[in-house]
Amino acid sequence: MKIVGLSGSKVGSKTRTAMDYTIKTVTEKYPNIDVTLIDLAEYDVQFSDGRNYLEYEGDTKYVAQSLMEADAIIIGTPIFQASIPATLKNIFDLLPINAFRDKVVSMLVTAGSSKHYLIVEQQLKPILTYMKAQIVQTYVFIEEKDFYQKEITNDDVFFRIDRLAEDTVILTETYTNIREAKEAEYGF
Amino acid sequence: MEKYRIDESKGLEFGIYTLGDHLPNPLTGERISAEQRIHEIIEYAKLAEQAGIDFFSVGESHQEYFATQAHAVVLSAIAQATEKMKIASSSTIISTSDPVRVYENFATLDLISKGRAEIIAGRASRVGLYELLGYNLRDYEALFEEKFDLLLKINEEEVVNWSGEFRAPLNNAKVLPRPQNGSMPIWRAVGGSPASAIKAGYAGVPMFMAHLGGPASIFKRTIDAYREAAGRRGFDTSKLPVATAGFFYAAETSQQALKDLYPHINEGMKKTNGQGFPKQHFAQGVDPHNIMNIGSPQEIIEKILYQYELFGHQRYIAQIDFGGMPFDKLMKNIELIGTDILPAIKKYTANK
Repeated sequence: MKIVGLSGSKVGSKTRTAMDYTIKTVTEKYPNIDVTLIDLAEYDVQFSDGRNYLEYEGDTKYVAQSLMEADAIIIGTPIFQASIPATLKNIFDLLPINAFRDKVVSMLVTAGSSKHYLIVEQQLKPILTYMKAQIVQTYVFIEEKDFYQKEITNDDVFFRIDRLAEDTVILTETYTNIREAKEAEYGF
Repeated sequence: MEKYRIDESKGLEFGIYTLGDHLPNPLTGERISAEQRIHEIIEYAKLAEQAGIDFFSVGESHQEYFATQAHAVVLSAIAQATEKMKIASSSTIISTSDPVRVYENFATLDLISKGRAEIIAGRASRVGLYELLGYNLRDYEALFEEKFDLLLKINEEEVVNWSGEFRAPLNNAKVLPRPQNGSMPIWRAVGGSPASAIKAGYAGVPMFMAHLGGPASIFKRTIDAYREAAGRRGFDTSKLPVATAGFFYAAETSQQALKDLYPHINEGMKKTNGQGFPKQHFAQGVDPHNIMNIGSPQEIIEKILYQYELFGHQRYIAQIDFGGMPFDKLMKNIELIGTDILPAIKKYTANK
């Protein structure tokens, strides 16, 4: 199984802090899973110009191809101006329609205000659904007050991230098994 | 239809096309050389003609896993190797070529083949060629529209006066040689969407519609949109042919056909498009109302006749060789087309 963690912003540190812990959790708990973290702050990704993702070059191709090859994706995103960051939306725009077919996608969100809680529900999930992701319905919502100097300080956040990691892996295994069983029935 | 060299009294035309892909056979992991692939395409065309198939076309794709970038050159060899069948491009990416040179090539092809050549002009579904050939992807639509218009003008007028944005002007230019009858059929390649079909309708040119899978009825909407747009611009739609083009595979049973074809399509699409073909969707391909012509010869006959009833199209073009399909399987398909499928299609669609 291949899991890619995608930290979706170039701004700030909270999402990266939470993603680092998430990746560490998955790696420790599931040593056989191939886990990669892509922090968009570390890559020079161009804006989508409509070409097939295979035709991009450099960082853009690396990021798009890594996501397309993943069995599961854990998206970490802050909330900016009551929406997802443009950097993250651009990743979706780089990928083809149906890019997340046969993939499980889970989410963790960091936000400066509790009022942003439903933004993932209303803005991120519809995109993932359109792109055919199997979504881990429960996401982890982390507020500013749960961090102190680039560390998570709220035990409940750790617990919730642990559960997110577990759910991501279990659902990926489950959906893979269901699909394989169904495809075997076709007999071709 | 005469302008496009189509005689409807002879029934639905049956053709074969290749994208000219050069992919490994997923069952063995091995890929034949580009030399062998090109020779097999020429041989494939010869066998198709012997089986009575009406049409054969070769595509232009400038990227890895393709071998017929110089598709007009390959067609020229096919023209020499065949005598009766129509030959064409599927498609020629006119956006990134000079229409004058394209016309010179295909008019020459028409003379070599003694009046059998056609051009199908498209916009490219993959865009790597823009960089390779020095064009700006931002001009994707404008390049096609301008160059396609010029291509049509060259076809209609022996002396051309023209100016545009992407090419030096033509002043009393004679584009030579001329095709056997002075002009040749030029089609517009269309993906499955109505938006693209409407553009072909506005131009009043024949439509070559490529499709993957899905219910035939969805593609009927595209064909309707094309005819409606053409009619609104004052073109007589009874004189505008429509061709449909997509996956085809015949075997003893539909299950065997799925089994033989699926790995080639799925693995080939992964390499060329970056996404495979979902098995669940592919399994639906054998449904009598699905536009993919996969099944036993009898099932395919029924599918094609159903599509003929629905679309009222003039030509169906089969893609069989995608994804490293071994040559013996192509030969077997040609044989089934020639002995079973084609006679039945002609019997039901030709005027008695």
